[in-house]
Amino acid sequence: MSAQEKKPKERVGVYICHCGTNIAGVVNVAEVSKWAGENLVNQGVVVSRDYKFMCSSLGQELIQKDIKEQKLTRVVVAACSPHLHEKTFRNACKGAGLNPYLCELVSIREQDSWVHTDKVAATEKAKAIVAGGVSRVVYHEPLIPLKVPIHPATLVVGGGITGIQAALEIADAGFPVYLVEREPSIGGHMAQFDKTFPTLDCSACILTPKMVDVGNHANITMLTYSEVQKVEGYVGNFAVTIKKRARYVKTADCTGCGICWEKCPKKVIDDHFEAGLGYRKAVYTPFPQAVPKYPVIDDINCTYFQKGTCKACEKFCPTNAIDFTQKDEIITVEVGNIILATGWDLFDARRVTNYGYGRLANVFTNMEFERMSNSAGPTGGNIVLRDGKTTPRSVGIVHCVGSRDKNYNNYCSAICCMQSLKFAHLVHEKTGATVYNFYIDIRTPAKAYDEFYQRIIEEGTLFVRGKVAEVTDAARNPGEEGKLIIQVEDTLVGKQRRIPLDMVILSAGLEPRADSKALAKIFGISCSVDGWFIERHPKLDPVATMTEGVYIAGCAQGPKDIPASVAQGAAAAARILGKIQQKEIALEPVRATIHEEHCSGCRICNTMCPFNAILFHEDKMVSEVNPALCQGCGTCVTACPAGAITGTGFSNEQILSQIDGLLLLTLDKKKEAVA
Amino acid sequence: MNEKVIVNDPPSAGPVVHEDLSLLHDVSLLTPGDSHIEMCIQCGTCGGSCPSGSAMNHTPRAIFAMLRAGMRDEVMKSNTPWMCVSCYYCTVRCPQDIHITDVMYTLKNMSLKSKMVQDSTASDFSRTFIHYVENYGRSFEIGLAGIHSVTHLRLAARLPSMAPMALGMLTKKGMSPLPPKHIKGMKDLKKILKRAKELEAS
Amino acid sequence: MSDYLFYPGCSMESSAKAYYHSVMSVCKALDVKLNEIEDWNCCGATEYLSLDVTPAYALIARNLALAEQQANGATTVVAPCSACYLNLSKADHYMHENKAFGEKINAALAAGGLHYDPGQLVVRHLLDVVINEVGLDKVKGKVVKPLGGLRVAPYVGCMLPRPDYNSRYSDSEHPYELDDLLKALGAEVIDFPLKTACCGGHMTQIGPATAFELIRRLISSADDYKADVIVALCPMCQMNLDAFQGQVNGYFHTNYKMPILFFTQLMGLAFGEKPENLGFGSEFVSAHEAMKRIGVQTPVPEEAKPARKKPAGLPMPPLRVRAGLKSATGNKEATE
Repeated sequence: MSAQEKKPKERVGVYICHCGTNIAGVVNVAEVSKWAGENLVNQGVVVSRDYKFMCSSLGQELIQKDIKEQKLTRVVVAACSPHLHEKTFRNACKGAGLNPYLCELVSIREQDSWVHTDKVAATEKAKAIVAGGVSRVVYHEPLIPLKVPIHPATLVVGGGITGIQAALEIADAGFPVYLVEREPSIGGHMAQFDKTFPTLDCSACILTPKMVDVGNHANITMLTYSEVQKVEGYVGNFAVTIKKRARYVKTADCTGCGICWEKCPKKVIDDHFEAGLGYRKAVYTPFPQAVPKYPVIDDINCTYFQKGTCKACEKFCPTNAIDFTQKDEIITVEVGNIILATGWDLFDARRVTNYGYGRLANVFTNMEFERMSNSAGPTGGNIVLRDGKTTPRSVGIVHCVGSRDKNYNNYCSAICCMQSLKFAHLVHEKTGATVYNFYIDIRTPAKAYDEFYQRIIEEGTLFVRGKVAEVTDAARNPGEEGKLIIQVEDTLVGKQRRIPLDMVILSAGLEPRADSKALAKIFGISCSVDGWFIERHPKLDPVATMTEGVYIAGCAQGPKDIPASVAQGAAAAARILGKIQQKEIALEPVRATIHEEHCSGCRICNTMCPFNAILFHEDKMVSEVNPALCQGCGTCVTACPAGAITGTGFSNEQILSQIDGLLLLTLDKKKEAVA
Repeated sequence: MNEKVIVNDPPSAGPVVHEDLSLLHDVSLLTPGDSHIEMCIQCGTCGGSCPSGSAMNHTPRAIFAMLRAGMRDEVMKSNTPWMCVSCYYCTVRCPQDIHITDVMYTLKNMSLKSKMVQDSTASDFSRTFIHYVENYGRSFEIGLAGIHSVTHLRLAARLPSMAPMALGMLTKKGMSPLPPKHIKGMKDLKKILKRAKELEAS
Repeated sequence: MSDYLFYPGCSMESSAKAYYHSVMSVCKALDVKLNEIEDWNCCGATEYLSLDVTPAYALIARNLALAEQQANGATTVVAPCSACYLNLSKADHYMHENKAFGEKINAALAAGGLHYDPGQLVVRHLLDVVINEVGLDKVKGKVVKPLGGLRVAPYVGCMLPRPDYNSRYSDSEHPYELDDLLKALGAEVIDFPLKTACCGGHMTQIGPATAFELIRRLISSADDYKADVIVALCPMCQMNLDAFQGQVNGYFHTNYKMPILFFTQLMGLAFGEKPENLGFGSEFVSAHEAMKRIGVQTPVPEEAKPARKKPAGLPMPPLRVRAGLKSATGNKEATE
């Protein structure tokens, strides 16, 4: 079908942006502008201009002046990606009294000048792109954004320092928060750490007051030992299904006295909070300052659940708070916005087989060391070898384990340098041992971080610049017998070194949560190749996502330290508070609609919609799009075998005419020739 | 056995002379597959892993830095690639996926062509080995070891201790002291290798 | 069990006949049918690659081209030598990955009327075939004389697990396939830390001091773990550790007597094959004592006596050989 046949009479203005030299350096913008003014007259072009920065106030005013004086009914701007300035030019049109959706932004930067070097060809391509935009814009219809109310409550997923910060910011502002945490207590990884760099404050001492605040806050509903199962709805109006796992403890009656875990006969290796270095009972709180204070019974390890007898905890509980009959509970909460602060997993150091973790007893991970160094940890804060008693006299700390390595993870885990320096200090302070740091590059780019590095050098830590090749116990000479040997090239000397040590600590990197991809699907957001959640814009919108109403913060977005995590938690909270204050939100009117008479009821679109926006009417046997849920992605439009679905702004006429334009089938001269 | 590591470019802190910035590109071009050699971050995993590093006058990492600095003569004269035992530890451990062992082969090829090899023990061994292969289609372990040892004075000193081994090869292992039989397709193999050498030169 | 194209490699015909005989015996027992590639040539080891890239790959690829011609439905080339295995798989890999390179090698092959389509054949080491095609269950089923009481050091070496173009092995540093196989035979397998360390390769020929140190480390580590034998799966590894052990002892003033056997020799024993059919007795360091411990009588290797007669055709200048022997007889460790 030819889109040219019923060409409406519109008055189109074309504006070509130089973007400094970003576009003009490759595309001859004056030529494109002149060409459009001369060759697209029959398409309705009445004015065509180029300007240095179309997005500047002066550029926008230029368009507005034309709209008024030339009585433009359509505007095409050829500049950067719509991701960046679509809003700018729509607002400019709106300011001049033109419906903002009658403006089309075509990209001659990302899709042309930035990816080509041949100036002549790039200029020709720009002409085609402009012609496509002009052909398309005449089929645009004036649209009016939908307004929906915003529920004042917020869901925060993840009770680590990031989630805690976000929850407190919103709750303090007077709005309700549901804080969901998978573990029995909030606190996250920060609760496991001993000291925090660069000031060496005790991690628990600065974290626990915030945990207590969360626990006592009237506006915060804590849902610990719980996980989000399903999210329905859309920005302003989400319905979230949450599974509360059975604690087997009645929280209304429990006083957190601790008699149950004292009496529990079942000892379990705590491979979570104690990183496998210590034990807990089958009924437990992960650590003394846990919030909430109520324990949980781990039914996989509990003797009663496994063998049917024991119930020691029940017998001794002074308030009869134990309840073996509790079942998992499914609840639904309504919220307007969501923050994902789900944090990170530790890289499994066993994967680097040449470092021997899991095979060589005295190779430890960073998390094991944190627990060992923590006075509340399994060794009471003593740094000892795996035998539980010997103090090491020489310790090697290995940077970049699993990070900056194409065999494992490409990225820098951001915290390992500072963490390793901190370890050097702690080992030195607590044992007086000789400490080596093996590094590729020392990265200390935040406030007071390099000063900390200086301090560690001054304390006498020995630095070897080289990525450790292997950790082995295969001694080559009597001096190496019974030791771990780190073999490395000292790259600043240019020689191989073998350094015998008592203990090796691996600074394993940060990884996305193992289930991050599944989580992203539940919340309708996307993950990078590595598995970190993707932000709306890496610089200018780091806590929003492409899904309205869903925000990300902390390490779920990428590796970062505590200050940066806290900042992101607060930033996400601020963004949401701004939305809540507005009470309602305007939704993009780009939506799909189903033409009932063409719908065969095949339901293909129902399952394909990533936003669950399509419902099926059993009575009429047709599908319908919920305009509030639809994000205008177009998946259903292309999937519909009957062609019954149209995307507003992406109608067949619009798409086909744009293609005609791109192929230069709509040029005045061509038309004349055909005629 | 008095082996000495031959250090042919004594360390000097003087400036690099004749920087040849096409060197890295040349090495990359001559290595089959994508060697990623330009991706080196100088971490030293290769030098730390190398089992024969103690015999090298530069670690592989240092060689990569020298390639970048365009130190063509120094690299061509270095014994580093010739001491490589092809154990591939560096290759699998390299965090930048540089095919280090393959690069070492390339450097051996290049240094032979540059005629700057300082100690020909290793390259002569390769040549003797290949002499049998090129003429018989099969290798000849006993002949190879014998010829190689007696033609290299530095190695000849070990002949006394090698003799029992050579005899063992004949008696215990029942190895033949005669060169191998030609393979049937020797004529064609020679044609293939001749053509391959022409292609290599082109 | 399907048929395999078999690439034995040069050593199997000379220094590693024990490997050849035991491979044949074991494969027969496991119904693995090996069809030797007709008129195969040397893979060039690590030597040709050092000289010239294109001829080196052309030399290797001739074998692949012949194998493809003779395939008759088979798709897998089996090599028992790690160096041959790596060279064959490397040529296939690079010819496949880099089309222009593949065409260049084929242009050379065309001069001899041959052609190879990269990716057509799969190259595998015998260990991989035994573990992943035959399976340990079948192996266990064939064991009639379990090797209980024999402490073995599983030595995999370099070129099998590295670079491992087709990701066939569990790990490039501490793979467990050989351990599993030896355990299936009933042997006691030590956690050998130098399992994939280098045997010295051709350094025995060009830098003996370097090679001897590498050999010493391996033998000394296996000895630390009280291994009775080291088990190898590559003729080069076996030769370096076995034939040079005497010289290593002389060089370092040690007295190791660590037998180095091929994994197929132990498989054959466990399957009930007679030791003499598995090449026992051809090793330099006798396995006789170690095998006696598990009740197996293996032939005592014939001691190499200094020959009065000039060995027929030995391509060494007679004078130096004789001079060498004289001092060698005075060297206790070297004649070990």
